[in-house]
Amino acid sequence: MTGLLNWFSQIGSITKFGLMSIPQRRGAVSATVIGIAGVVLVLVGVLSIAAGFRRAMLASGSPDAAIVLRSGADTEMVSGFGRNETRLIADAPGVARNASGPLASAELFVIINLPKRSTHTDANVPLRGVEPAALVVRDNLRITEGRMFAWGRNEVVVGAGAAREFAGLEVGGTLKVGRESWPVVGVFTANGGVAESEIWTDARVLQAAYHRGDSFQAVYARLDSAAAFSQFKDALTSNPQLSVKVLRQSEHYAEQSEAITRLITTLGFLIAFLMAIGAVFGALNTMYSAVAVRTREIGTLRALGFGSGAVIAALMIESLLLALLGGAMGGVLAYLAFNNFHAATMNWQSFSQVTFAFAVTPQLLLQGVIWATMIGLIGGLLPAIRAARLPIAAALREY
Amino acid sequence: MRFLHLIWGNLTRKKLRTALTLLTVLVAFVLFGFLSAIKQALVGGVELAGADRLIVRHKVSIIQLLPVAYQARMERIPGVAAAAHQTWFGGIYQDPRNFFMQCPVVPDQFMAMFPEFRLPSAQMQAWLATRTGAIVGRKTAERFHWKVGDRIPIMSPIWMRRTWEFDLVGIFDGRDKGTDTTGMFFRYDYFDEVRKTQNWGQGLVGWYTIRVKDPAQAADTARRVDEEFANSPAETKTEPEGAFVQAWANQVGNIALIVAGILGAVFFTILLVTGSTMSQAVRERIGELGVLKAIGFTNGQILGLVLAESCLLTVLGGGLGLGLAWLIIARGDPTGGLLPMFFLPGRDLLLGLGLSLALGLVTGILPARQATRLRVADALRRL
Repeated sequence: MTGLLNWFSQIGSITKFGLMSIPQRRGAVSATVIGIAGVVLVLVGVLSIAAGFRRAMLASGSPDAAIVLRSGADTEMVSGFGRNETRLIADAPGVARNASGPLASAELFVIINLPKRSTHTDANVPLRGVEPAALVVRDNLRITEGRMFAWGRNEVVVGAGAAREFAGLEVGGTLKVGRESWPVVGVFTANGGVAESEIWTDARVLQAAYHRGDSFQAVYARLDSAAAFSQFKDALTSNPQLSVKVLRQSEHYAEQSEAITRLITTLGFLIAFLMAIGAVFGALNTMYSAVAVRTREIGTLRALGFGSGAVIAALMIESLLLALLGGAMGGVLAYLAFNNFHAATMNWQSFSQVTFAFAVTPQLLLQGVIWATMIGLIGGLLPAIRAARLPIAAALREY
Repeated sequence: MRFLHLIWGNLTRKKLRTALTLLTVLVAFVLFGFLSAIKQALVGGVELAGADRLIVRHKVSIIQLLPVAYQARMERIPGVAAAAHQTWFGGIYQDPRNFFMQCPVVPDQFMAMFPEFRLPSAQMQAWLATRTGAIVGRKTAERFHWKVGDRIPIMSPIWMRRTWEFDLVGIFDGRDKGTDTTGMFFRYDYFDEVRKTQNWGQGLVGWYTIRVKDPAQAADTARRVDEEFANSPAETKTEPEGAFVQAWANQVGNIALIVAGILGAVFFTILLVTGSTMSQAVRERIGELGVLKAIGFTNGQILGLVLAESCLLTVLGGGLGLGLAWLIIARGDPTGGLLPMFFLPGRDLLLGLGLSLALGLVTGILPARQATRLRVADALRRL
């Protein structure tokens, strides 16, 4: 027991010595700390793009909400229904109801060209025609400015993300659709979900403007409960009058975000991995020089009876502390610089823009700290072993 | 040059430190090469766009179709040399993940409009003779191991919701390194005939490409095209091909800015690490530098010695890093099909070498200045 305590106190005093000598080698030390901070900053920064995109997609679907597409269609773009089909879907068992009928909204999804505010170049902005149930089918939909459009009138409301990213979408502005101009009467939020990237109007108004007759592209439905999904799905897929694909909204959006999340994550890890290798070399350099300038001191300690294990442990602790400091700096910087940074990108599945905010999540910060720890461990291990192996006599002669 | 062995001797004095610094620089330039290739893959199309080509699409959005009859009207507009149309087919080969573009086109018009696609003339003749014939770019042909004569089934969720079968009659190559050879093109007459049997969408096409007679008049020509179709049910928006491609790249996001941001962070970090190593190296040899001065080395020579050492280190690391990046990139797209044109442009290779030299100068300059400011007596006292 005393042996162990003694060992710990040895580690403690060597570490203290090491840390006290940092001001003398502040150049190399700060280069290492900033190097590791850089790795963590880039890692967390790039991955926060993917996390933000996923969050926007996943905030969009609750487990008791379903989307129905034509069978074989992966997206609303290539799906299509007639009025009789959407009616059959709305009346299926499992769909929740209120006083005005089933909570199902048959919707149209088209794209409209609008200039991005940031670049003034055209972007594909989604324009959705909805039925009154759309407001209850989706969670947390709130008008934050202006008012809801009047049913049957040529008016639109825009999602908060769309209003921010695309020119002309503020309350009081107008949306030019072909030769018609539709006033923007309100802005809505949807808990950061994908609906915030869209422009909404009455489905009937959009059908007329796009000469779509009485056709729709998808049905969004609120179910009695999450468990009612299989009943709903079975009823629709076994109905010979229908040829449909039924998905939970959460599944649908996860599918939609898969490709882009994979792209960003793959590239993000690759970049961070390369940077981490660079940072390991930097850390090795610093710790080797830390050992080099303290050769005599370490020799003296060893001569006094300090164990080589304690020397290794103390140097590793020093390296780890520097790495953690760098990691924390990188994490804080990434949070300040990237969290909630608004952006818009192309969702290839729906061929249109999705607005989202970068998300620096606790998991990402943890991941950054883990990377920093690894860099510190690898960077400290070899120099520590070298220090412990120094022949005492030779070390004392050094200077 | 006389002092090369001296510089080399200084670099190899602490082999481990030199090696570690070299590796740090190397990694930075592998990253530089890799990110340059990513940027090229995402925004490179802008440079390859034809200066004499315009894109005409539906004013409301690209997903809305235009009448095929617009072609003849466009060709009559002054300033227009030729027009060719394409239509998004959106087909799936076996799995939605196997994404590549397919479009029905009019073969002779299309190949005349896009001379960057190189198709052997025998294959062109075969295409003109085969109604169900299709040609595909080298990249996609290699990806799926297709050869001329294969029958390719493509399921289109947009058009007829059925599986279309095409006879592969040709494989085209790109004229330039960056030419996109992932597309597949088949005959419009076959496409429209099938649409006619279903009475759906016949006579409609996706967008037009126009060749203008005089690129200097491109803006005027574009305006005339849009005026021609103003106040019709399908109004158009016409813009230069470059602007169209740029707008697409902007839709993905500001890639140039993101890449510059990451590289900025990387180089700042490397600058610190290398810079601190260099100044440590100089500090350790203050005594020696004093001796050199005492035996008659001028300040300029000392400055040169230190700078040469740091530049040698960074250029060596940079060159090796760029070479390594080139090797990695030559192995192809790391994302499995999302970045079709993935290569390292020669221009970025040169820029990288220039950057590595600049890195050497910047990291060396402070320690070098320190060394020249030494007074001989002070330096010698440290021996």
